[in-house]
Amino acid sequence: MARRSAPEVNAGSMADIAFLLLIFFLVTTTMEKDKGISRQLPPIQETPEEVIIKDKNLFVVLVNKNDDLLVEDEPMQLKDLRQAAIDFLDNGGVSSSNPLYCNYCQGKRDPSSSDNPDKAIISVKNDRLTSYNMYIAVQNELVGAYNFLRNRESQRLYGWDFTTVKAQVDAGTYVGDKKQAEEKLKEIQLMYPLKLSEASPGKVGK
Amino acid sequence: MSKFTKKKSNELPPVNTASLPDIVFMLLFFFMVATVMRETNLLVEQNLPKADQVEKLKKDRSVFIFAGKPSDQYKDKYGSEGRVQIGDKYTDISNIGMALNDARGKLIPELQNKVVVALKVDDDTNTGLVTDIKEELRKLNMVRIIYITTPGNQLDQ
Repeated sequence: MARRSAPEVNAGSMADIAFLLLIFFLVTTTMEKDKGISRQLPPIQETPEEVIIKDKNLFVVLVNKNDDLLVEDEPMQLKDLRQAAIDFLDNGGVSSSNPLYCNYCQGKRDPSSSDNPDKAIISVKNDRLTSYNMYIAVQNELVGAYNFLRNRESQRLYGWDFTTVKAQVDAGTYVGDKKQAEEKLKEIQLMYPLKLSEASPGKVGK
Repeated sequence: MSKFTKKKSNELPPVNTASLPDIVFMLLFFFMVATVMRETNLLVEQNLPKADQVEKLKKDRSVFIFAGKPSDQYKDKYGSEGRVQIGDKYTDISNIGMALNDARGKLIPELQNKVVVALKVDDDTNTGLVTDIKEELRKLNMVRIIYITTPGNQLDQ
């Protein structure tokens, strides 16, 4: 007698089961999309050392509680902040005979502004009531100024954008010699070191 | 003879749904791979500010701090002042250290020294609260932080 073949399993409800799982995962999971501005906080020092910084090497940005900007004692719109910061960082005001002379700067070489990018410090001071929105906007513009200058130099020296290559190296998707790329990134970073200081907030203005 | 006459029905044949499970499974696998489990239940509002000069967060070495106004369903109980949330509960500024050390302990040991604190702060919060958090972080010697933002630029508005 011929053996009866096993009946086929009914797969009609497979779609329902898969839908159920799909909806479960849709509800309980989130997409990875966290990006942000990274920052290194200064460690606490027992005895803060006194460093004398020349006034011209300091770019003071004040934000009051109404989110108004005061840059170098002049009121300013947020949209002009990036260019002002670029001008300040890229100034290179020291004369060409000085060892601190910045040979890659393309700024105005105004002796009354910053000496070189290594000396230039941007100081941000917020009121406690400044909105976080404004705080991030200011930080974003200032980081944008640094990125602009770093991109310019990396384009000039190596023909690629600093920010793109850094993102690729961080994500591990960089194609080519990673060590070499990291070294080049570091070199560019040293040309325009991120010197952003945050004064402890107090009351700014009225 | 009638055996050979084809029965002709005028009805449309039903749509073949045999490949539907395959399609759904494909979607399912996509979501399983591309997403991660939600770990925390948000107790505070989270409209993150916009920024475009951003770097990617390395999730494996980060602990999260949320801050903002309590969400609508907690407003009656906790008021509308900015609050800090770590893990699944509100935390007082002075207790941040303990809560963060707990969170850090959950990371894999090799990365515990490289911890990055991700600050997810609502854009309507006062900077003072963020400053307090940062001051605490400095005391804890967790100095690498990242302000989580959403893509965009505030100048475009």
